[in-house]
Amino acid sequence: MVKEIERAGLPIVHMCTIVPISKTVGANRILPTVAIPYPLGNPALTTEDEQTLRYTLIEKALKALSTEVEGQTVFE
Amino acid sequence: MTKLKVVHYLNQFFGQIGGEDHANITPLKKTGPIGPGLALKSALADQAEVVGTIICGDSYFAENMDTALKEIITFIKEYNPDLFISGPAFNAGRYGTACGAVAAAVEKELGIPAVTGMYIENPGADLYKKFIYIISTANSAIGMKAAIPKMAKLALKLANKEPLSTPEAEGYITRGIRKNFFTSETGAKRAVNMLVNKITGQPFTSELIMPTFDRVPPNPPVKDIRKATIALVTSGGIVPTGNPSHIESSSASKFGKYSLVGIVNLTPTTFQTAHGGYDPTYANQDADRVLPVDVLREMERLGAIGKLHDYYYATVGNGTSVANAALFGKVIAGELRNDGVDAVILTST
Repeated sequence: MVKEIERAGLPIVHMCTIVPISKTVGANRILPTVAIPYPLGNPALTTEDEQTLRYTLIEKALKALSTEVEGQTVFE
Repeated sequence: MTKLKVVHYLNQFFGQIGGEDHANITPLKKTGPIGPGLALKSALADQAEVVGTIICGDSYFAENMDTALKEIITFIKEYNPDLFISGPAFNAGRYGTACGAVAAAVEKELGIPAVTGMYIENPGADLYKKFIYIISTANSAIGMKAAIPKMAKLALKLANKEPLSTPEAEGYITRGIRKNFFTSETGAKRAVNMLVNKITGQPFTSELIMPTFDRVPPNPPVKDIRKATIALVTSGGIVPTGNPSHIESSSASKFGKYSLVGIVNLTPTTFQTAHGGYDPTYANQDADRVLPVDVLREMERLGAIGKLHDYYYATVGNGTSVANAALFGKVIAGELRNDGVDAVILTST
């Protein structure tokens, strides 16, 4: 899906936990996330801290979308 | 003759520990064969013996690959085996990645042969076929009976240092290794024969299969994210409660398009996951953990993005065929372009 959306001309960031899989499917902008069942959250945190964590991750995703990349790039 | 010692690797499910709620277990070892190991034991017959089984949760492995690999290798070493077998993993992505990674690490660090098995589309196959022998299996456990004897046969051949035949004959996924051999006909004659077959519409097999590299170059970045319309897409199966479009929990044949108009936050009563390949507890409590609508609404309000697109798209990425996933991506991309979306965030579990 990531590759086809990229092929159609839309910049796309793949937020996922298993980075090697994202690489094999051909994502170009890759942002590692927290865990498989909760990529953008963490049930161990308070609601407020979890919200902050999610906000920070999305800020990074937006930054990745705004960054010129040559090939497959993993953003941290 | 003394029997060769084999160590077998399984995930929490095949290792009979439990389902997705046990996908986070750390590696453990058990004496003797378990589950598919019993079939392996009979296939290895009097030549080799499954002395131990290592079991690790799929999510634990995928989320802590380096640590998990170290722990697993330490356990394997304790058995001092002659041979290592993992899986088969069929089309299970996390499990396939683990089976491939452990087998490759065993060959490299312990210097003993390792064999695994998986479906050709398993992401683990692409990642590890260069390093290890992977028996090509069906896409689900229905193929267990067919896979185990092939894995055992190949493993024994490797352990006994017998020469291997072609990938087709042995049943493993092509590794791209070239081997010289003598043929009765010269290259010129074979080439002409192939050409004649081609132009007369007869079947022919190329002697040099070119690898397919399907890479899409990255698009230029979004110029001003504060004015951009951002769309959300997920393979994590987030759907309105009740799963109105009946997306399958595995091997999805469709995707859903759902409105986000007026929605600022996903709640346990309005959204859930339909995904059958991870523990749904956390996504069902708060689906924003997979599909971050709450934060994007907040960013929209603060002017950090222009707009969150009115619709999001979801499917279940669990054993879903590459052909289906590519088709979903094409259709979704076409709609997003028509709707004037500038960029996409795709989340995966």
